Amino acid sequence: MEKIILKDIPDLDKIDVYIANGGYTGLKKALTGMTPDQVIDEVKKSGLKGRGGACFSTGMKWSFMPKGNEKPKILCCNGDESEPGSFKDREIFEKNPQQFIEGSLIAAYAMGIGAIYVYIRGEYWKWINIMEEAVAEAYKKGMIGKNIMGTDFSCEMYVHMGAGAYICGEETSLMNSLEGKRGYPRFKPPFPAVNGVWGNPTTINNIETLANVPEIINKGGEWFSKIGDPRQPGTLLFGVSGDVNKPGVYELPTGIPLIELINDHCGGVIGGKEIKMVIPGGSSMPPLNREEALTVRMDNESLKEIGSYIGTAGVIVMAEGTDVVNVIRRVTKFYYHESCGQCTPCREGCGWMLKVLNRIMDGKGRMSDLDLLISIAENIEGNTICALGDAAAWPVKWAVRKFRKDFEAKITDKTIELPVLNKVHGLMKSPDEYDTITLQSEQEVVKELMGNVQELTQSEDVKRFSS
Amino acid sequence: MSNENYEPVFDENELKTVQYHISKYPKPMAAVMPVLWMIQNKYGWISTDAMKYVGDLLGLPHDHVLGVATFYTMYFKRPMGKHHLQICTNVSCMLRGGYEIYDHVSGKLGIKNKEVTDDRMFSIEEVECLGSCGTAPMLQVSNREYYENLTIESVDKLLEDLRNK
Repeated sequence: MEKIILKDIPDLDKIDVYIANGGYTGLKKALTGMTPDQVIDEVKKSGLKGRGGACFSTGMKWSFMPKGNEKPKILCCNGDESEPGSFKDREIFEKNPQQFIEGSLIAAYAMGIGAIYVYIRGEYWKWINIMEEAVAEAYKKGMIGKNIMGTDFSCEMYVHMGAGAYICGEETSLMNSLEGKRGYPRFKPPFPAVNGVWGNPTTINNIETLANVPEIINKGGEWFSKIGDPRQPGTLLFGVSGDVNKPGVYELPTGIPLIELINDHCGGVIGGKEIKMVIPGGSSMPPLNREEALTVRMDNESLKEIGSYIGTAGVIVMAEGTDVVNVIRRVTKFYYHESCGQCTPCREGCGWMLKVLNRIMDGKGRMSDLDLLISIAENIEGNTICALGDAAAWPVKWAVRKFRKDFEAKITDKTIELPVLNKVHGLMKSPDEYDTITLQSEQEVVKELMGNVQELTQSEDVKRFSS
Repeated sequence: MSNENYEPVFDENELKTVQYHISKYPKPMAAVMPVLWMIQNKYGWISTDAMKYVGDLLGLPHDHVLGVATFYTMYFKRPMGKHHLQICTNVSCMLRGGYEIYDHVSGKLGIKNKEVTDDRMFSIEEVECLGSCGTAPMLQVSNREYYENLTIESVDKLLEDLRNK
């Protein structure tokens, strides 16, 4: 299988090697032989979908940008990559940075953009240095700057260093962060294409998405659309981690069976064990159980059919014997830590879920806690400005549903029931049922909860997960 | 190296770099993150006085700079050890022994999360995913180098090397 991004060419990160291997011919073809609209049409034809998780058509996204030049337009390249289990963009920075730069320049040309900001997470100190050098090299060769390749097209490119905030991978939060503010997500609409960073029309694309573009322009959209699953064509950089023998980033066509990815490419599960759970696309995606993992294909549409998503294609494999409840608690701790605090359901809900999961891990859980978890998750989901709320809710909700036995096994005292809680948290949908909740019963619930919180702080293990 | 107390001031060259950062963006406010990075790289941490200094340099209200500096976890708001060990314990690392590494380092240095050793040589922090899941478990030293595929032995050696640095 031919690779599009992580090609097996030594020293491809050097600009001379990149140019000697056909680099920047895509940009040249676009600048000298195609109109901006033709470039957008070609990308539309390729069927390229965003690689940052939302799987939205890249060509469509580009076409939303206004045509005129009343305001300067801006391209943000999203290299924040903070989703647990996702580590693909750093491979691009390290192995093929020029192809990403070329792709973003083609995108800039297609949308009439004069300034590109590459937002890279602050922890990627090494890769930020690599990218700053790569950008400087491209400037020297005249690939970025004024009158690129002797044409009228001019474009500047800047690398912006983040400082440790998962939320800044969310596109509107990234814009606020770039403006020098706290990384709070913004309401949409207005969409970034209308009112983006500094009020200018803005497009935000993932690094991997842009790295695909030069080959699409070179070889044609039709060529690209025939790779992998036609519903989400191309290759994906699968970052496989967890209990596999050879973890790492593998570039493979979309639609590859998950089990083939695990067994043939990653050397199988450690110790020849059975699969217990697989998170298919970064920690926020609904997890898969063993049966699903054995049959599913790795593209967004196939995963959607079983209620999950491809996300950033960060696959976390967990072998038989993994404590599912503990994994979900760790994931929830992450979202609790990273919630920006703007929306109450996310800010408070993540903390509640963590407290309940702590209680279960501490052996003080109740059977009703499982429904309570689902209830809290469902009250976060869809009720927040950005998708972090959903990202926090999905793993909890689906893990409780799919691995209920594992959760139940942790609950020793099965006699304590708190049916009222379900009503308080909205599991009962009929208004009549709400009426049956008295003020007194609500207060009892709160007292019950608060009492437990105080009990829990005594445990060392729980202290670690509460900080 | 973290200075306990310092008078935040940039020299001529550093002020030029500040001007360069301002020139990259349409509005000077956007330079606040790069300039805070400059402060931290120079002094090891960002004091309240430094936040005021950055605010004055960029023409921003002091509380705005405070808001930004406290939002992002990589800006240290107090002095950390000479070597700040940021140990990942998120899922992929946890599956490969991230907590064992964390507990080992914590026990060996006798400090807990975000604490500093008495000789100010080390501080540790339990951090969220650093995008190194394929080479887990891992840690980062002082926001810079990654050390990956850690074992108890390799982390012991790393501590020794850092101590002698």
